[in-house]
Amino acid sequence: MIRLERVSKVFGGFTAVDAVDLHVPAGAVCVLLGPSGCGKTTTMKMINRLIQPSGGHIFVNGQDTAEVDEVTLRRSIGYVIQQIGLFPNKTVEDNICVVPDLLGWPRAKSRSRAAELLEMVNLDPGIFLKRYPKELSGGQQQRVGVVRALAADPPVLLMDEPFGAIDPINREVIQDEFMKLQAALKKTIVFVSHDIDEAVKMATHIAIFRDGRLVQHDTPDNILAHPVDAFVSDFVGSDRTLKRLRLIRVEDAMMRDAPRVIAEEPLETAVARMREHGHISIVMVGPRGRARGMIRLDEAEGRKGLVGEHVEPLPGVIKVTDDLRSTVSLMFTHGVTWLACVDDDGFYKGYVTQRSITQLLGATYRD
Amino acid sequence: MALTSALGTPLRLLLLALVFACGAYLQAQGTLAAVFSHWEDVVYLSRQHVTLAAISGAIAIAIGLPLGIVLTRPAVRPYANIVMQVVNLGTTIPTLAILALAMSVLGIGAPSAIFGLVALTLLPIVLNTIAGLRMVPEHLVEAARGMGMTPGQVLFRVELPNAMFVILAGLRTALAINVGTVPLAFLIGGGGLGELIFSGIDLMEPSTLLAGAIPTALIAILVDFLVGQGQFWLIPRGVNPLR
Repeated sequence: MIRLERVSKVFGGFTAVDAVDLHVPAGAVCVLLGPSGCGKTTTMKMINRLIQPSGGHIFVNGQDTAEVDEVTLRRSIGYVIQQIGLFPNKTVEDNICVVPDLLGWPRAKSRSRAAELLEMVNLDPGIFLKRYPKELSGGQQQRVGVVRALAADPPVLLMDEPFGAIDPINREVIQDEFMKLQAALKKTIVFVSHDIDEAVKMATHIAIFRDGRLVQHDTPDNILAHPVDAFVSDFVGSDRTLKRLRLIRVEDAMMRDAPRVIAEEPLETAVARMREHGHISIVMVGPRGRARGMIRLDEAEGRKGLVGEHVEPLPGVIKVTDDLRSTVSLMFTHGVTWLACVDDDGFYKGYVTQRSITQLLGATYRD
Repeated sequence: MALTSALGTPLRLLLLALVFACGAYLQAQGTLAAVFSHWEDVVYLSRQHVTLAAISGAIAIAIGLPLGIVLTRPAVRPYANIVMQVVNLGTTIPTLAILALAMSVLGIGAPSAIFGLVALTLLPIVLNTIAGLRMVPEHLVEAARGMGMTPGQVLFRVELPNAMFVILAGLRTALAINVGTVPLAFLIGGGGLGELIFSGIDLMEPSTLLAGAIPTALIAILVDFLVGQGQFWLIPRGVNPLR
């Protein structure tokens, strides 16, 4: 969708971007990452020609951007900046409709589109359409900034540290909202950031820049697992393996078809089942399979009675859709080495152990 | 707001009382009757006065606004200071001197008066246009360009609306100064209410002087009020500190 071929930018005698090759496939989120002054923003701005490249070619949707009129080009590319850049003289509605108005859409169409877009980011159109930017909180402004870029439904979006100016709590919320939006819209996005955590969270691809050069371009997991050099490994941080935990979901790490018991079974059955699997504890489920509690091997051995009479509560359960970072955090919180995994309705799906997580993370390092 | 309105009411009452007292005193002295004896002159000269102010103001705006805009365009910005110095001359030279200079070139009458007034009014307009446009945050211009606005669209849809409050503030000052300076036009045969003021001074007739001075002040207040209202109502609520 977006292809950069040996793109360079020289300011005076200073080479800001040096022969960068980059390919962003359709529907991908490519995060340009690096310290300040590494050329990532310059690279992004060359895509919509806010900065003219000194050399090389940039193709958007197969077309050389140098051959398109720059105003036409920019109207076909969504653009979000760090300072949000809502026009204070225009209402939220008029701000969202800037590009549709430039393109000459009928007013009725663009205005109903604005209302629709506001609903997508959970802002009530009845309240917000006629407000001015100064009457909005920072988080609300940023949401409007993002939907403004989506107004004319461009296939490509450029985002320059769009969530950089928001407080950390709101940033997480807006990032999550944006991820949901992106899952539905499947835009091709080039996203500039200096925050490795944000990059790992949002990106399908990460491109790491240093002194105007593209150092490494790969999936987040590969960047974290196999940094090409000391610069990249320093930049992604000494806790890069922990960051990878975020990329893996519980359902990809858990053991399925786990042994289970029900309340009406005798304790002997539970003990026998644990011995059979070599486990030191077993999950008790309800009649339809919801995780209800657990039996420990050392507590149950040699005792009589039913499982239901000796059951103890589970120290914690984790949802299959959560990531391994929260799993590990929960394990440490409760001081356990395994956790029961449930789906959204509480049905017992399997379990994860510290050992299985370690093995999963280790697998990429060994090959 | 609450504080100013709480203070405002007694102040306003006091002011009204003062005006009434002055009026009563002047009436008792017979000055008021003398002022009204000039009524026909006042109407005729006021019209002349307003015409002078309107023409010179319009010319100053027609030159000042575009000049201010041009001076903030990236290509011209390096030369802005040089042009500003020339415009500055209009204000640093005493108004009377400008009028005298204008008269020696353009002759006696309204044209040289208008020239002098334009030179005087130009600076605040240009200065505030430049200040207003420079105050528009760089990132707004970048966002506008990045979304695909042409340079003209950036100017008219983003820069000018966001600079308008400061520009109109400059206009307000400039026009008030303009109206207050028009009486000097009389000295070079330009007409206007200065005729009554200066005649009053020369003849030591306070009533004639007041017959010129009071309408001049009223016109200045009216112009200031009108531009102020324009500032309040014409500028979008999002960028209007008054609303």
